[in-house]
Amino acid sequence: MMQRRKFIKALFAAGAVALLPIKAFADIWNIPAFQADKLQEALAALEISNVTISNDIQIIAPDKAENGAVVQIEVNSHIPNTQSIAIFVENNPTALIANFVFGQGVDGFVVTRIKMAETSDVQAVIKSGNRYFSAKKRVEVLENGCG
Amino acid sequence: MSENIRMRAQLSGEVTEVKILMSHPMETGRRKNDYGDLIPANFIQLVSASINGNVLLEAQWGTGISKNPYLTFHLRGAKVGDVIHVNWTDNLGKTGEGKIAVTLA
Repeated sequence: MMQRRKFIKALFAAGAVALLPIKAFADIWNIPAFQADKLQEALAALEISNVTISNDIQIIAPDKAENGAVVQIEVNSHIPNTQSIAIFVENNPTALIANFVFGQGVDGFVVTRIKMAETSDVQAVIKSGNRYFSAKKRVEVLENGCG
Repeated sequence: MSENIRMRAQLSGEVTEVKILMSHPMETGRRKNDYGDLIPANFIQLVSASINGNVLLEAQWGTGISKNPYLTFHLRGAKVGDVIHVNWTDNLGKTGEGKIAVTLA
């Protein structure tokens, strides 16, 4: 894994620091969160706590995925002021898949394609103000997609 | 470098649907080649989308996003002709960018 200093240098070289970050969003990749192999460690590294299970978050994913290398996931949050959506796969080698932070005028909605090593819950955690909400969807995986 | 991102932004009613397809191997660092050697990790870590200089979305990704990453998001208040920019940076410091004007669906 790349050293933090080297990565920051790479960011400067790429001019990426010139982009205006969304307020309160760390523009540096969260190494501990992405390296955590346990879901709880990944949540802690993102400072996510007191998560409330919510029926206002819809996860659309296949019940069965033939090939875990490409599993399309849609997360649609109906929670007002959805500021971010983090996606986790509990049984992957590293649990955190992605964290999406939204600017003004963008819905709490995302569609992406993820890798799944084995059958697992896919969990979405939504941030709204200082509160966190989550929903889960079980996806049965027939072929390991993490190589 | 626009060839490594394909994009579409279509306005329907109030909502602009932005679809993005990036060309990237998204190697986890855990996969082996035919000789049994580990293929080094190479994956996109940061993605940013903006419109008229305002940030729409900032994402951090791990190795769990599939090869040739796909992303859809929904935006309100955009007009036909507004230009959406997307940038990514991977763990090796390589970058990619793309842009697309909003069209009617």
